Amino acid sequence: MATTITMPQLGETVTEGTVAQWLKKVGDSVDKYEAFVEVSTDKVNAEVPSPVTGTIREVLVKEGETVATGTPIAVIDEVGAATSAPSAPPQASHAPAAPAAAVAPAPAQAAPAFTNGAGSGATANGAEAVLRGASPAVRRLAREHHIDIRTIKGTGSNGRVTADDVLAASRMGPSAAVGQAIASSPAPAAASAPPGGTSTYGNPIPGTIVPLNQARRIIAERMVESKHTAPHAWSMVEIDVTNVWKWRTREKDRFERETGYKLTLLPFFIRAVVESLAAFPLMNAKFTPEGLYVNKDVNVGIAIGLATNLVVPVIKRADQMSIKGLAIAGGELIDKARRGKLGVDDLAGGTFTVNNNGANGSWASAPIINGGQAGIVTMETVVKKPVVRDDDSIAIRSMMNSCLSLDHRVVDGYVASGFLADLKKRLEKMGPEGSL
Amino acid sequence: MAVSSSSATSTVMNNVEAVRATLYEAMKTDDRTVILGEDVGARGNVFLITKDFINEFGPERVIDTPIAEASIVGIAVGMAMEGLRPVAEIQFADFIYPAFNQIVGEAAKTRYRSNGEYTCPLVIRTPYGGGVRGALSHSVSIEALFYHVPGLKIVAPAFPADVKGLLNASIDDPDPVLFLEHKKTYRLIKGEVPDGHYTIPLGKANILKEGTQLSVVSYGLYVHWALEAAQKLQEEGLSVEVIDLRSIRPMDKGTILRSVEKTRKLLIVHEDNKFGGIGAEISAMVAEEALFHLDAPIRRLAAPDVPAMGYALPLEEEYMSSPGEMAEAMRELVKF
Repeated sequence: MATTITMPQLGETVTEGTVAQWLKKVGDSVDKYEAFVEVSTDKVNAEVPSPVTGTIREVLVKEGETVATGTPIAVIDEVGAATSAPSAPPQASHAPAAPAAAVAPAPAQAAPAFTNGAGSGATANGAEAVLRGASPAVRRLAREHHIDIRTIKGTGSNGRVTADDVLAASRMGPSAAVGQAIASSPAPAAASAPPGGTSTYGNPIPGTIVPLNQARRIIAERMVESKHTAPHAWSMVEIDVTNVWKWRTREKDRFERETGYKLTLLPFFIRAVVESLAAFPLMNAKFTPEGLYVNKDVNVGIAIGLATNLVVPVIKRADQMSIKGLAIAGGELIDKARRGKLGVDDLAGGTFTVNNNGANGSWASAPIINGGQAGIVTMETVVKKPVVRDDDSIAIRSMMNSCLSLDHRVVDGYVASGFLADLKKRLEKMGPEGSL
Repeated sequence: MAVSSSSATSTVMNNVEAVRATLYEAMKTDDRTVILGEDVGARGNVFLITKDFINEFGPERVIDTPIAEASIVGIAVGMAMEGLRPVAEIQFADFIYPAFNQIVGEAAKTRYRSNGEYTCPLVIRTPYGGGVRGALSHSVSIEALFYHVPGLKIVAPAFPADVKGLLNASIDDPDPVLFLEHKKTYRLIKGEVPDGHYTIPLGKANILKEGTQLSVVSYGLYVHWALEAAQKLQEEGLSVEVIDLRSIRPMDKGTILRSVEKTRKLLIVHEDNKFGGIGAEISAMVAEEALFHLDAPIRRLAAPDVPAMGYALPLEEEYMSSPGEMAEAMRELVKF
């Protein structure tokens, strides 16, 4: 029989996904558990395994298209159905349309009847999840009035969208919600330049709109949310990384030879961070209305800038890893990120974030906290500087700024500066000798 | 239909009086009319519906029968096929089962079996329903048992004016009609009954109260309670349409469908138990023909599937749906 595949929910808070690439075409056979489509969601590219063995009958969503989780994206004919109609394949080569109707008239006809209009359709179990509670009347009215039920706020029991809700929405004009959303961004520009105004800047050349992809939209949402809910405070320390830098420089070639990963300053820094987090557990907490939730796990997110977007994969239980372990774990994540192969698990569970921001010479930055964490700390560029030392001598040292943004609801400056000072002390103690 | 309005030409009656008046008129105006049943003669029927009829029309037209329901209906079938207009009475619907074969196997099939040469213009009247402490043998609803049978019409009026119009139509009808009279409404329900002869077409429902948010379909006693509940909801600002089926078969599909298409929600209320009841057929019909107008699951409020209505008051109350329960079901559906 035909199995309808729906957009999977890759992560708890993920509500939609983009079909990045179809790995199988219509007519291709697919084995159970074989990846047949690549879906990108909130910074993740995931290959979706087929739940059945069969043949791809229909592809319902084009590459690049974004649909809600639960929306049908493909129909796969299970192998059992094909064997019951052995004459189908040869016929198919002669007249592609006819056998489909002859072998399975009911699904072939039923699908368009429901998927017309509203677009998301009621053909499969997945649609039920999306259109939960949409009665037949609601579906019909939505179809007739070209309204996407998911854009309507329901007034029925448990927020169900009622037939009256659909009719009320239709009186506001077709797809009013979508219309407003689209209008809201270009509108101000148009409105701010009314004809016959006093501005001497007569004919601005219109700019272009870069459509929001999934990752961009989610980054935007998260950043606004974090900045909006967590009062950010900021502090910076200057760290003498001369010794640890020497240590790293001495080890890096051998390390790369042995492990295949580059040895950067990052794992040394993370090692110091997790030790400081242990000393200041409130920096590894988050604010909840019930109280400060202090994480037992120390999962360090590492911010990785890609050409199109930022990703923050997470090294789980980083406090239990050696510098070498951190270097390998971080190397793997960076490698995956660059190849677009990060999975949901790679991105989940972060309790604190490290941002290696100095690669392009940044000397100080004010990062935005990853929502649900107490802080984020940066590694800025390492520069050689003349430094006045404790004995009043002047020496050339490798110096690095480290900036901390903290959620002031969770900790105050006292804890935060203590944490930064602790981090500085630990890093300055590292090297020039030691074992990774 | 016309319940009162034209002033001097109507009389206030209860349902018993309406049956009695209509039968009397039928006996008076058409000497083909014959009444037969247990205690319909000398006793004048246990509810005194045919009191003194035997004195006026004689024992050949008002026939006291033995306690033998199969014979009552069987004899009436013969009378009807040979040109009389028998109105057979089953004293309580609870005792109709012995006549099942005569009703289902004979009366309902007469026209079909004889290829239209014979018809069976028979009315079988019977008091039914509970809520009167009638216990196991004086409380049943039998409509669903006969509902399945093509060739048989079933009528269950709730108001005195409908009793008269529908009983006249049933007597006039060339085919068998099972005429169900709810015992509890007999003396409880009073209303204006137009004077003179009139009929109400079989198979036509009556919208008792218009509404926009929910359609409630019922018949018999529950029509009154559903109406009471709907009026209560009206005070809460909820608009419920109440339809009195009046005829169970043929069923007025048009009225039900038009109403559901307007309100998009349907509640069926009946005293008979739920499984395979009249509500099941209405639900199926609406689901088949108006699915895409439904904005909520069809709901049935009906009796539990227990063998009978108990005698103990709590058991009887548990079996029956109260106006309060009906109001609650309506509220839930309107707000769904």
